[in-house]
Amino acid sequence: MAERCAVIGIGQTKHDVKRTDVSLPGLLREAVDRAFADAGVGWRDIDAVVIGKAPDMFEGTMMPELYLADALGAAGKPMLRVHTAGSVGGSTAIVAAQLVQAGIHERVLTVAYEKQSEGNAMWALTVRIPFQQAIVAGAGGYFAPLIRAYMRRSGAPEDTGVRVALKDRQNAPKNPYSHLVFPDVTYEMIEGSPMLWDPIRYMETCPSSDGACAMVLASDAAAKKARHAPAWVHGTAMRSEPTMFAGRDLVNPRAGRDCAAELYRKAGIANPRKELDCAEVYVPFSWFEPMWMENLGFAPEGEGWKMTQEGATALGGDMPINASGGVLSSNPIGASGMIRFAEAALQVRGLAGEHQVPGAKRALGHAYGGGSQFFAMWIVGSARP
Amino acid sequence: MPLRDVAIVGFAQSASVRRESSKNEVEMLMPVLREAKRQAGLRGSDIGVTVSGSCDYLAGQPFAFVSALDAVGAWPPIVESHVEMDGAWALYEAWVKLQTGEADAALVYAFGKSSMGDLPEVLTIQLDPYTTAPLWPDAVSLAALQARAYLEKTGTSERDLAAVAVRSRRAAAANPMAQVRASADVDALLATPYLASPLRTHDCPPISDGCAAIVLACGAAVKKSAATPVWIRGIDHRIEAHALGVRDLAASPSTRLAGEKAGVGTGRIDLAELHAPFTHQELILRAALGLGADVDVNPSGGALAANPMMVAGLLRIGEAAARLAGGAGRRAVAHATSGPCLQQNLVCVLERD
Amino acid sequence: MSEITSITTPIRLDYTYTAGHATQRFLLGMAEGRILGQRCPECAKVYVPPRGACPKCGVPTTDEVEVTGKGTVTTFCIVRIPSDVLSVPPPFTCAHVLLDGADLPFFALIQECEFDKVRMGMRVEAVWAPKAELAATFESIRYFRPIAEPDAPYESYKEHL
Repeated sequence: MAERCAVIGIGQTKHDVKRTDVSLPGLLREAVDRAFADAGVGWRDIDAVVIGKAPDMFEGTMMPELYLADALGAAGKPMLRVHTAGSVGGSTAIVAAQLVQAGIHERVLTVAYEKQSEGNAMWALTVRIPFQQAIVAGAGGYFAPLIRAYMRRSGAPEDTGVRVALKDRQNAPKNPYSHLVFPDVTYEMIEGSPMLWDPIRYMETCPSSDGACAMVLASDAAAKKARHAPAWVHGTAMRSEPTMFAGRDLVNPRAGRDCAAELYRKAGIANPRKELDCAEVYVPFSWFEPMWMENLGFAPEGEGWKMTQEGATALGGDMPINASGGVLSSNPIGASGMIRFAEAALQVRGLAGEHQVPGAKRALGHAYGGGSQFFAMWIVGSARP
Repeated sequence: MPLRDVAIVGFAQSASVRRESSKNEVEMLMPVLREAKRQAGLRGSDIGVTVSGSCDYLAGQPFAFVSALDAVGAWPPIVESHVEMDGAWALYEAWVKLQTGEADAALVYAFGKSSMGDLPEVLTIQLDPYTTAPLWPDAVSLAALQARAYLEKTGTSERDLAAVAVRSRRAAAANPMAQVRASADVDALLATPYLASPLRTHDCPPISDGCAAIVLACGAAVKKSAATPVWIRGIDHRIEAHALGVRDLAASPSTRLAGEKAGVGTGRIDLAELHAPFTHQELILRAALGLGADVDVNPSGGALAANPMMVAGLLRIGEAAARLAGGAGRRAVAHATSGPCLQQNLVCVLERD
Repeated sequence: MSEITSITTPIRLDYTYTAGHATQRFLLGMAEGRILGQRCPECAKVYVPPRGACPKCGVPTTDEVEVTGKGTVTTFCIVRIPSDVLSVPPPFTCAHVLLDGADLPFFALIQECEFDKVRMGMRVEAVWAPKAELAATFESIRYFRPIAEPDAPYESYKEHL
């Protein structure tokens, strides 16, 4: 009953540790201008803007969409600002897609970004509320115990995380927008990198990046006028669950499983591993690849690590995961989810360049956030649904 | 694709207070969410989508909305989203989700404790971070710039502004949830000193803590609900440029445009709830929406009587709907604003059968 | 003329936070050397520290429950980089500790034990600040340390990782 929605334009910035060459609006415009060029549209063609980012405190500007309205050509248009923690890049794209699916707009610009170098993100993440329990070591300290729990539960070989990192870091140089590029990366280099939050090593960890991602989403009619082949949205889904409650499964959260199940139902997919050609999955620490393989139903519970170990998730495997290099290679937090969605769309449009999965027709984009509690996903395909 | 008819079937709010020092956000929200659902006659499992609005910089911590989710009972996992905006925009997002046909009922909520920091200072960091925020112009001073532009352009007097304050706060006497519920008369108000000329204390909103929730329904969920449905006949929102120097501060073109798109002018308006934190802004908004002297504006007292940030816009929609459901009129307009000097505006047209 | 590529704008904002009823009860307990939690009236699970609500059921929790300082390490990580918050030098071990009688693990520092000897299932107990230094803060529990009890079987805590 909803209208069709297509991705007709995609743009990313070069992601880097400090993009001091551009201002906040300049960073966004770099992505938006590329998305417009791809779509063959201009400001006049855009009906609404949906923007997303992680906490405002990362840059020190409150509700920055107000300030960015000028640079994003939003004056006189509707503008929405989404914030759903780490999943925000994905949920922002979904909110934008729904504006098209509801038949309200023809073309929506959606953009997500983070310019962590303009503020103190580490400080913002550890703001100390006087009567709350201290988070002692940032995100790594939070997620490392969950990884250990996964290792215990699944009996995965200890080097699984190293192998994920090696694969993503080998993919990164194939993507011109990657932040971290180690052209001669080796297994030994990753295995020998220092433990930060044991069992997480330095090279198994995502960087902090400045970067933005933009997409132009369009209705059926508007997609016909696009410059390049569109990626069609075959389904979107979002799920949230509370941060902590008794008996919560943090390793294989139900919100993620439910989200994937709804997504496959909407996209008419019975066997995701067979029917999807590749996926861009939010993996900020290497071990999350096998965990999400199970959560997404690509592998039975306890066997996600086999996909990594057998090379199934490598470019050339039967289910390439993060051919772009993934979050391990570029992590502008608020944009990281949207980059997953956009990279999935690039694959099915056949525009992924050196990291193209040959013949990809259907791909999944995945984002998660908070304490593994907020999930946003979509499936895009080359075929008009 | 024709739009689905969406109705407001539940609305609840906390009392707005100067400082809620005993309850945290979750404790404030729980009874309000429960009451909104009770009015709607819908259970958690009937709600297909939940959207909230709040702001980290008000709460003084990142991810403030995450812990607020504890109040919802999000299990089994729910379809949920959050806007870093006033709850009125959360309502808009929920309305869009209902339009896609994926759900028939939505829960919308917003919370804001403006008392935690120095609000006018906190709002300063909404401004251009390179050229304006470093000068720390506070929110009241910016509103005063706008008031001056408006008075000069229209010949409106400070007495006219005081009359808005008196009318709003006296109307609030009938609203037990409001915070400022009485006012001295115009002459007494004009005898008080300026806060930031031409604005005096009475021209400015109180600092408020509060929260609110609305339940939306369409299709079968409306029939299931026991409440009198108040239909959203039109809803639209628009933003203006941020740089104050490029805007005509004496007018609100974004409100005018949103009002046109929402269909304000297509029928008689009985009452209006306008999110005007400052007295002159009510007059600017009335003009932008073409509301005549016969329209009952802010019978709740409006933001001059209670202004919990991130909530006050959603409150306008809820207050207008509650009045229509109670028989105070048939057609109403509700408005929400965000950003300095009415930068962003949402307009919603409501109707009772 | 040289190029201006950035400016620095220091921002200082002061906030007054509200603990809320449940946290207040918990912190007052800390000042007395007691660990107070709350039970959900619907699912009967015990939350320590209490959150004032059962996030799963979405209802207020009011029944107060006191638990002892003994518990089981359900999972852990070894932190090898300095912490902004703790004065303990790395490496040190942080663990999820499931207190006996509680249904939600408590994030805690483990001391009086080699950092690499901490294991899943290890039994531990709270070490309190000296009586004179007890206060309404989480820091009244200085850390947890191992106790001479056999490890808890994996089955007993696998739902609480």
